[in-house]
Amino acid sequence: MNTTLKLTPLHDAHVKAGARMVEFGGWDMPVQYRGILEEHRTVRSAVGLFDVSHMGEFEVDGEGALAALQTLTTNDVSALDVGQVQYSVLCYPEGGIADDLTISRLAGDRFMLTVNAANIDKDWAWVTGHAGGARWKNVSSATGLIAVQGPRAETLVGRLTETDVTTIAYYRFASASVAGVPTIVSRTGYTGEDGFELYVPAEATERLWNALLDAGSHDGVAPIGLGARDTLRLEMAYALYGNDIDQTTNPLEAGLGWIVKPKKGDFIGKDAIEKMRAAGVPRRLVGLEMADRSVARHGYPVSRDGRAIGVVTSGTYGPSVERSVALGYVETAHAVPGTDLRVEIRNQAKPARIVRTPFHPSRVKKPRAAA
Amino acid sequence: MATIPPELRYTRDHEWARQEGDRIRVGITAYAQEQLGDVVFVELPKLGAKVTQRQSFGVVESVKAVSDLFAPISGEVVELNAELPNAPEIVNQDPYGRGWMILIAPSNPGEWEQLLTAQQYEQFLAEGGH
Repeated sequence: MNTTLKLTPLHDAHVKAGARMVEFGGWDMPVQYRGILEEHRTVRSAVGLFDVSHMGEFEVDGEGALAALQTLTTNDVSALDVGQVQYSVLCYPEGGIADDLTISRLAGDRFMLTVNAANIDKDWAWVTGHAGGARWKNVSSATGLIAVQGPRAETLVGRLTETDVTTIAYYRFASASVAGVPTIVSRTGYTGEDGFELYVPAEATERLWNALLDAGSHDGVAPIGLGARDTLRLEMAYALYGNDIDQTTNPLEAGLGWIVKPKKGDFIGKDAIEKMRAAGVPRRLVGLEMADRSVARHGYPVSRDGRAIGVVTSGTYGPSVERSVALGYVETAHAVPGTDLRVEIRNQAKPARIVRTPFHPSRVKKPRAAA
Repeated sequence: MATIPPELRYTRDHEWARQEGDRIRVGITAYAQEQLGDVVFVELPKLGAKVTQRQSFGVVESVKAVSDLFAPISGEVVELNAELPNAPEIVNQDPYGRGWMILIAPSNPGEWEQLLTAQQYEQFLAEGGH
C-alpha cells in the first residue's frame, strides 16, 4: 500500500472485513466487500452502509457567510431554511465547474459545505480566497460520514435514536443522538434510494458503523464499496466530479441549469454561463443505453453516421436495469432521446441509443407537493 | 486460495487449457475471475476464427475493468460458449466448467508443452501472479 494515501476513521474496519482496497482521489478506500453486483442489489432491496468519510466538510459562519456563499455558488442560498440542504456547484469565472457540493444551513448565519474528497485542498483554497469577511473552518478530518441507503434505511436508523427520523424530509436534516453518537441526520444520498447521510465526530465513526451493522442484521444490512456506489449513482444519472463534470464543463451542458439562479444576483461564473445560455449550449450530457452488454467507458468516442459527435464520460453495466448504460456529452443537435448512435469500443462502432434519465426510477422520499 | 485443477495447463495471463481428444477447451482461472470481480460481458471471436498463441482472442469486462483474453494455443475456433452472452456471471460461478470460453482445433499441438503445469502455475501465483 502507498503510505501517502489518506485513511478514513473506518479504514481498519474495512481491512478487517476483508474489503478490497483501492486508491481513490488520494484515499485508500474499499472498492468492494463481497462483489459489486451483490452490494448494488443489497442497496436497492434492503439497506447498505457506505463510508464516505473521505468527503470534505467546511463550516462557514458570521455575518458575511450568506453573501460569500451567494458569490461562490450558483444556486440561491438565501432560499435555504435552517435545517435544509441544497445541491450546488462552485464555478470558475469562465463557467467551468470547480466542484459540486451540498450546502446545509445549520443556523441563520452558519452553513456546512460537503465537497468531493479529491477536491478538498483545491476547494479550501478557492473558498477562503473569497472569504468575504466570513469565518471558514475546515472540519474534514474531524468529521466522519456514513451513508445509510436503501428501502430499510429509515427503519434501521430509527431503531438507534429517540428522534423521529420519519419526519425528516428529503434534503432536510436534524440533529440527533444515534447509538449515543451526536449526529447530523441528513436525508440525502447518491443512490436514488431513500436513506440518510450521518455526519459524526471522526472518533465516533466506527462506533456508529458497528452499531448500524449490528442493529441492521435482520434488515440484511451490509457494507458497500465504491464500486457499487458508482453503479448506483450511474443508474440515477447523477454526475460524478472528475468524470462527467469538471473545470471544462459548464453547468448548462451538464444538465445542471436547475441549480443556476441568475436572478439571485452576481456569482462567480455567472457572466460566462449566461453568455452560453444566450448563445446556445453547444453540447449536452445525455444518457446512453448500449445494444449489447459491452461497457462504454470514460473517454470512448461517440459518433453518428460516421461523424464524431461526442464522448462518453461514465459507463457501467447497470445491475438493476440489466443493461449497459453510460453518460456522455453529444452535440446539442443530436441530444434527443431515441437517437441512435455509436460508441467506439475497442475499434468497433457499437450501437447505442440516447434515452431519458434516470435509467432506474428514483425512490428518494420527495415531498408529495413538490413535483 | 483459488483452485487450480491438476489436469489443466495454464498461461501467465491466467487462462486455462484442457485437452479433450484433439481439441483444447479454454477459459480463465479461478484466480483471474476473483481478481476481475463480477464479469458483465465477454467478447469472443467468431466461429472459425484463427487464434494465435499468446495473442488476444477476446475481451472480458467486469464492472470496473477490461481485460484481454490470450490464446493458450494456436488454431481454429470450432465452438463458442453460447451461454456467455446472456449469462456472463457463470465465469465467476464456475470458471473451469460452465464458464469456459472457446474450443480450439490446434494447428500446432506442440505448443501444449509450452504451457504451465498446475504446479508451475501455482508457483507463479505464489510469486505474485504477474
